[in-house]
Amino acid sequence: MNIHEYQAKALFEKYGVPVPKGAPAKTHEEFVTALAQLPEGPTMVKSQIHAGGRGKGTFTNGFKGGVKFCKTKAEARDVAAKMLGNTLVTVQTGPAGRKVQTVYFTTASDIKKEYYLAILLDRASSRPVIVASTEGGMEIEKVAHETPEKIFKVLVDPAYGLADFQVRQLITGLGLNAAEAKGAAKLIRNLYGMFWETDAAMIEVNPLITTPSGEVLALDAKVSFDSNALFRHPEISALRDLNEEDPKEIEASKFNLSYIALDGNIACLVNGAGLAMSTMDIIKHYGGNPANFLDVGGGATKEQVVAAFKIILGDANVKGIFVNIFGGIMDCNVIATGIVDAVREVGLKLPLVVRLEGNNVAAGKATLGSSGLTIVSGDTMADAAQKIVKLVA
Amino acid sequence: MAILITPETKILVQGITGDFGGRHARLSLDYGTKVVAGVTPGKGGQVFEHEKHRVPIFNSVHDAVAATGVTVSVVFVPPPFAGDAILEGVDAGLDLVVAITEGIPVRDMIRVKRAIAGSKTRLLGPNCPGVVTPGTGPQSTGGCRIGIAPGYIHRKGHVGVVSRSGTLTYEAVYQLTTRNIGQSTCVGIGGDPVNGTSHLDVIRMFNADPETHGIILIGEIGGNAEVEAARWIKTNVRKPVAGFIAGATAPAGRRMGHAGAIVGGAEDTAAAKIAVFKECGIEVAATPSDMADALLRAAKAKGITLT
Repeated sequence: MNIHEYQAKALFEKYGVPVPKGAPAKTHEEFVTALAQLPEGPTMVKSQIHAGGRGKGTFTNGFKGGVKFCKTKAEARDVAAKMLGNTLVTVQTGPAGRKVQTVYFTTASDIKKEYYLAILLDRASSRPVIVASTEGGMEIEKVAHETPEKIFKVLVDPAYGLADFQVRQLITGLGLNAAEAKGAAKLIRNLYGMFWETDAAMIEVNPLITTPSGEVLALDAKVSFDSNALFRHPEISALRDLNEEDPKEIEASKFNLSYIALDGNIACLVNGAGLAMSTMDIIKHYGGNPANFLDVGGGATKEQVVAAFKIILGDANVKGIFVNIFGGIMDCNVIATGIVDAVREVGLKLPLVVRLEGNNVAAGKATLGSSGLTIVSGDTMADAAQKIVKLVA
Repeated sequence: MAILITPETKILVQGITGDFGGRHARLSLDYGTKVVAGVTPGKGGQVFEHEKHRVPIFNSVHDAVAATGVTVSVVFVPPPFAGDAILEGVDAGLDLVVAITEGIPVRDMIRVKRAIAGSKTRLLGPNCPGVVTPGTGPQSTGGCRIGIAPGYIHRKGHVGVVSRSGTLTYEAVYQLTTRNIGQSTCVGIGGDPVNGTSHLDVIRMFNADPETHGIILIGEIGGNAEVEAARWIKTNVRKPVAGFIAGATAPAGRRMGHAGAIVGGAEDTAAAKIAVFKECGIEVAATPSDMADALLRAAKAKGITLT
């Protein structure tokens, strides 16, 4: 689960990670109260959306830049008025963009140098890894590709946590001076403490900055959490912003369906994540384009199948449906009955190809065959995929 | 022989009194698997009954081990408590713990993985379908089925299958069985980013197992585990190997159902992994329908007949 920068910074403050003074606003009225909390002088205005590339983004009203530097608070207020309620398009939002529902004002900092700091899971060692670089404020992928020697990593042993010598390694690696080292050590320790205690999936600070007066601050904050651990963090679950999520994905999650919208026109309904992924792949292999990933899980019910049909048909681009079920344990006839009910209930007009295999498959195929509906049957995944691609073309 | 388990292996079910655990304990008993104990804290002394079977329930894994000598457990415990259930099995000195539970927090698994290091226990999963060593009875009954895989699609034979995904494993097994090719052992290692047993661990076991004559390696986007396994295969494995990678069409940055199936960088895309497979002499299945045929091509090229 992702959260906004202003929410992440509030958590940083709670855990003792220094950030520039800031305040969010969700309405024009709140601009006044938010700005009143900041000192007069240079102020940043930052659009709050769950996507990167905000600074270089453009609003659909023509206003350029989702993150702006302003010389005064009055100017910050005018700029915020151009952002709030408008749609920001960045390299990560897709052409539709995201509506800015919150702006975040912060005091603009004097920057001596920018650094990069992140904490996430290192899959190879199954340990948390702290990644740091002297090249802050740029895309870390670019740094990793062009100057990999400028990125260094520390693996944290979960048995004893982040050790002092590792903190010193990070500070030395970043080349911080003695005045900066103390603040940096505290920041790194507290940031790791937050990562571990909150079940964060990733914390990225880009840039981390030093100021001419020797302060070390997190200038930006990108934080996501392990969705499987939210049950023990109700205060973090409360930070979820449904405005940032696809309504179809929210609807799907209510039925325990895993759904992700894509840009093709052949909808898929599959049991199992691996099979669902490879169903998308096989559609593409035969020249079609998948409209979604949809995993109904291992124990799909009739209600879930009906809900799944409604969700995939909510996508106007869909021109055909491919149902691919390997019912190892679950009864293929239950699935077939669900499909027939769903087709009748939604009055399906689009081509439908069904590949059923597994437990009680003969009864399932008989149910589909005697339904009187136009349902094309596929014998194997390859056969079914070729049929749906042909029907949609 | 087979790997990890044989038809004689006795197993313990942690969470046997839950709906999910109970249902699959019954299916394993039907398959002929020796389910000798169940564990549910607070329900020790009760009995899990299914047809002619009476499986004693214990309060702890330690009690179950002391009473039955069981060495392998399967975990069906709900996610908030599953990490602890695995640790209990490690502390009781089990040889193998198979964790089926989906949705265990990553932090819990980081701790479990650290606790297992240096212990005698092997962990399989979590979020995995389990492991099956088929038997010689009708529809492969008489074998050892641990987890949630459909037993009846198997056939005793000499192909090892390893995969992160349950349904893709079943797909591969079914393709083999319908071509009259049997399996030695089929292993699901699970779709989570932190898991106990890697592709490479299983490949090493298959390579050392004289009863395994060919291998199907099924992977997906995310992480580096398939690449690690492929490089080892290139230098160490002479048996025919076929591979498939799911997720060629998955967009970067989106988690595809499995917590571990997410493209982070250039190295963990499907295209990159497929390229490494080819470079390492693994016969790549063009589609998931082609997995068994890909293995047959690989075997033919080496002059090996698979059964």
